[in-house]
Amino acid sequence: MLLNQFLILAAAMFSLGIYGLLVRRNIVLILLSVELMLAAVNINLIAFESVLRSPEAIGQVFAIFVITVAAAEVGIGLAIVLMIFRNRKSANVDELDLMRW
Amino acid sequence: MSFIDWLGSPVNWVFLVVGLAILFSSWRVVTAKNVVHAALYLVAALGGAAILFLMLSAEFVAWVVVLVYIGAVLVLFLFGIMITRAPTGKDVGLDTPHKTSPALLSVATFVLLSWASIQAFGTTQVESVGEPTSTEVLGIALLGRFVIPFEVVSFVLLAALIGGVTIARRDLTPAEEEERRAV
Repeated sequence: MLLNQFLILAAAMFSLGIYGLLVRRNIVLILLSVELMLAAVNINLIAFESVLRSPEAIGQVFAIFVITVAAAEVGIGLAIVLMIFRNRKSANVDELDLMRW
Repeated sequence: MSFIDWLGSPVNWVFLVVGLAILFSSWRVVTAKNVVHAALYLVAALGGAAILFLMLSAEFVAWVVVLVYIGAVLVLFLFGIMITRAPTGKDVGLDTPHKTSPALLSVATFVLLSWASIQAFGTTQVESVGEPTSTEVLGIALLGRFVIPFEVVSFVLLAALIGGVTIARRDLTPAEEEERRAV
């Protein structure tokens, strides 16, 4: 197995995440795209770890940290979505223009 | 190394199948017209990533992904979709009409990232299906060298827990507040 096959797959996944982030209007779908990008980063971390083979498995430890922070981010993100929906009756980002200059 | 040589190793066949499945599901996550379908395709993409982790001998992380993402985060997403009553049927208003520049930006990112990794790593080989990293090694690393980041992350989770409850809670109206005080 080449290292590059994993890196390029992760790059494709990350770019699709960027596309979804910019194209979607619904906040929940934007959060789904962010999850896609974080998963791509995790693939990179694990692939580098399996080449470098550090004695303390540092790449895998960092992947676990990324997963934990992603879980916290989803929790807070959906709480904010819930509050916005309750106040504005909408979950579309282009209708939330209260602070637009 | 030619593509034919690359296909000579059976583990690359597995990679090809899983990789194509991941790409297809990721594509559907960002294009599906149905919100619930997008969330379920994310399950497929993350499941594929977990299989890649198993191939890269990261067993513990693979099962953490299955447990945390597929088990917990996706349930949270489905709750979010249902509570915000996001249009669950076919809906036209999910995407912005301006898709050209996001598509260009994402293609440019892909070209840049893959060019950089081809330049930097060329034909570096991954030890194919080596000895899996034991959970013992990870545990010793987490509670030894990385104990401070580990505690910081646990604090982040606690803050997210309290913050989530506080943000999502409905404020009581003055009348309800009186009523609660009277009890």
